[in-house]
Amino acid sequence: MTTPIAVADTVSNAAATPEKEQPYAALGLKEDEYLKIREILGRRPTSGELAMYSVMWSEHCSYKSSKNYLRQFGTKVSPKMTKNLMVGMGENAGVVDVGEGWAVTFKIESHNHPSYIEPFQGAATGVGGIVRDIISMGARPVAVMDALRFGAIDHPDTARVVHGVVSGISFYGNCLGLPNIGGETYFDSVYQGNPLVNALAVGVLRHEDLHLANARGVGNVVVLFGARTGGDGIGGASILASDSFSAGGPTKRPAVQVGDPFAEKVLIECCLELFAKKLVEGIQDLGAAGISCATSELASNGDGGMFIELERVLLRDPNLTAEEILMSESQERMMAVVTPEKLEGFLAVTAKWDVETSVLGHVTDTGRLIINWHGEEIVNVEPRTVAIDGPVYDRPVAYPGWLDALRADTAAGLARPTTGDDLRAQFLALLGSPNLADKTWLTNQYDKYVMGNTALSFPDDGGMVRVDEESGLGFAVATDANGRYCQLDPYRGAQLALAEAFRNVAATGATPVAISDCLNFGSPENPEVMWQFGQAVEGLADGCLALEIPVTGGNVSFYNQTGDVPIHPTPVVAMLGVIKDVATRIPSGWQDEGNNIYLLGVTRHELDGSAWAGTIHDHLGGVPPLVDFDAEQRLAGLIAAGGEQSLVASAHDLADGGLGQALAEAVMRFGIGARVWLTEIMERDGVDAATALFSESTARMLVSVPREDDVRFQGLCEGRNYPVLRIGVTDNSGTLEVQDLFTVSLDQLRGTHRATLSDAFGPVIGQ
Amino acid sequence: MPIIVVEVMPKAEILDPQGKAVVGALDRLGKSKFGAVRIGKRFELTVDGPVDDALLAEVRELAEDMLANTVIEDVVSVHEALPVSVAGETH
Repeated sequence: MTTPIAVADTVSNAAATPEKEQPYAALGLKEDEYLKIREILGRRPTSGELAMYSVMWSEHCSYKSSKNYLRQFGTKVSPKMTKNLMVGMGENAGVVDVGEGWAVTFKIESHNHPSYIEPFQGAATGVGGIVRDIISMGARPVAVMDALRFGAIDHPDTARVVHGVVSGISFYGNCLGLPNIGGETYFDSVYQGNPLVNALAVGVLRHEDLHLANARGVGNVVVLFGARTGGDGIGGASILASDSFSAGGPTKRPAVQVGDPFAEKVLIECCLELFAKKLVEGIQDLGAAGISCATSELASNGDGGMFIELERVLLRDPNLTAEEILMSESQERMMAVVTPEKLEGFLAVTAKWDVETSVLGHVTDTGRLIINWHGEEIVNVEPRTVAIDGPVYDRPVAYPGWLDALRADTAAGLARPTTGDDLRAQFLALLGSPNLADKTWLTNQYDKYVMGNTALSFPDDGGMVRVDEESGLGFAVATDANGRYCQLDPYRGAQLALAEAFRNVAATGATPVAISDCLNFGSPENPEVMWQFGQAVEGLADGCLALEIPVTGGNVSFYNQTGDVPIHPTPVVAMLGVIKDVATRIPSGWQDEGNNIYLLGVTRHELDGSAWAGTIHDHLGGVPPLVDFDAEQRLAGLIAAGGEQSLVASAHDLADGGLGQALAEAVMRFGIGARVWLTEIMERDGVDAATALFSESTARMLVSVPREDDVRFQGLCEGRNYPVLRIGVTDNSGTLEVQDLFTVSLDQLRGTHRATLSDAFGPVIGQ
Repeated sequence: MPIIVVEVMPKAEILDPQGKAVVGALDRLGKSKFGAVRIGKRFELTVDGPVDDALLAEVRELAEDMLANTVIEDVVSVHEALPVSVAGETH
């Protein structure tokens, strides 16, 4: 490897040679950060210490630009928000009590930069990494999901990234035997040189099985197990996440990691057995920053001291230097803290699973993390200075100079169709547009039903998985973010993502309970980006407080840009919901003819930033739709009650593409046709037909109700004072008829919806 | 007709799960003298005409650009060889 560090630079050597020049800049450290390290240590760092600080103080690991903002998630809380939260932010993943002695842990994390350089392995190891976070909490992983953003669908490089990323996700997830239950995919040229791959994993555990990763108990043994350590992705964490691709040119690109899902599957079973037999005090996964991160975090979260003999690490490549071992990001590795008397039992379990294990050292009460290399001390630091008390920046913020003009350029001036033929043509154009088109091309490459507990998955509004086979207790998850809205107003855009994820989960019949977020932004060194970030975090924190839904953790990904052009701010919100019995789940499509179709909520003139404005007019400007959390909560309550009383046969959230898209999807889901009329919406809400069809006003849902439950359903809406209009009836016509305006056959709906992705990327598997 | 052989291997520092699986299998068969196995790819390009240094250079460039994924693989060899395959994919 080309890591520019000398071998075996000892602590005493460092003390004796203070003047030695060190390549801190090449490792991503700024001069003042390097001087700070010297100040902390009272001498120059050894090359091993420099390696550790550089990866742990990188943006990716230290959250140095975002920390001051993220505090809001911990301060803007109400007692209700923490009531069911068993583990909050700061651990490997948040844990939520879902009742009946069960808990659910979930987290979403980015793997954007590696997925551009090497899409297949980048996306695959993204899945592997997030699954290990779930394992380390003591949970069994039960589902995965991905929020993806690619460049323009017709750009020559997009297919390379799409094929690689989707194959990588399906390869790793399918090999692990985890169902992929949904997610979202968008195409936009702002992601051309910087796709987003946000991977989510969910795990379930009994309350008593919860484990936290910390190194407590002096004398307890520190064990590394799993795959051997090799030269994968050395410096990946710091160098990949600290700079844009163009800045350093290709020479700066380190080797990416290659994942082995079969090794990970064995690791899952091995860890679960170790937990079940109570053979471990805590387990920490090794992700970015590898052993540097695991040792310093375990020690910081425990009694504060640890002694490691680094030469005991099992190596794939015997030529690795100590610094490289500290920085290696080899996949499928875990670190455990074990009491000495249980070590034998521990080793028996790892041997049974054929998982290689080495005892590296033990927990001490010295308050120091000391690492030896063949008997010589090469690291002697206070672990908190590495893992927790890294630099924190209040980066300059600036209101973007271009924003006022963008917000003034509303969609009001865009020509809206009035005739039936024009409305029909635009409705179909939206249906076949890359962002609204059928995503079966991707999702058919994923296993949705493995493990046998999937109750809902793509294309329903959220994924749903049964947790308890006897009671039917389950959870639902949905991810959402609309980068276009966030570009217009990051505060409201983040709240719109939150509101949509909330609504998607509510539409399944589940009650939303917690979020994890993955905040994807441009460079924090750009004051305008920093302003966007601050606004989005504030919006999200305020929104969570309004909904009384806690943030359980997540991830910040900065430096998402091509050249100097940042991506649209993309704060992906992953919402977790709970449902008492998955048998009462609500499907998103119509299943029976003769049901009444209702539109819940009101439609406003909200076409700014909409899919309609983007697709038909290639326009982005104006002010995104209003967010009304009170209405969202009342709507969710109404749907939950309707689901429990079995009054609602289907429910589908209205979002991108508005009512028109929701109608088309509800027809296509099970092939049940419908006749609908817009007149009453137009009259009550004072909007034209195009606005009724394409506006993206929030707090709306499309539901179908069996005739015999009509009176009770209307009573429910009246009792809860929620605006409702009967707008149609399902039938067996095989068409979607929008009365007096246009009719589209089921075949044409499906043909239009399905053609876009297969035309771009090839045939759909399984069709 | 002459062929040009291109050999591609996973980069030394990169995990090779296939090779790892094979070395594990060898070990289970009692053939434990092999410390490591790494699995690469061999491409055979049949040439219509003579092979010269210019063509080999062209193929090397092609190999770096297209046959190997140079993020995780290296082109370790480009050379002329006698045909060993009976039938191959033609275009």
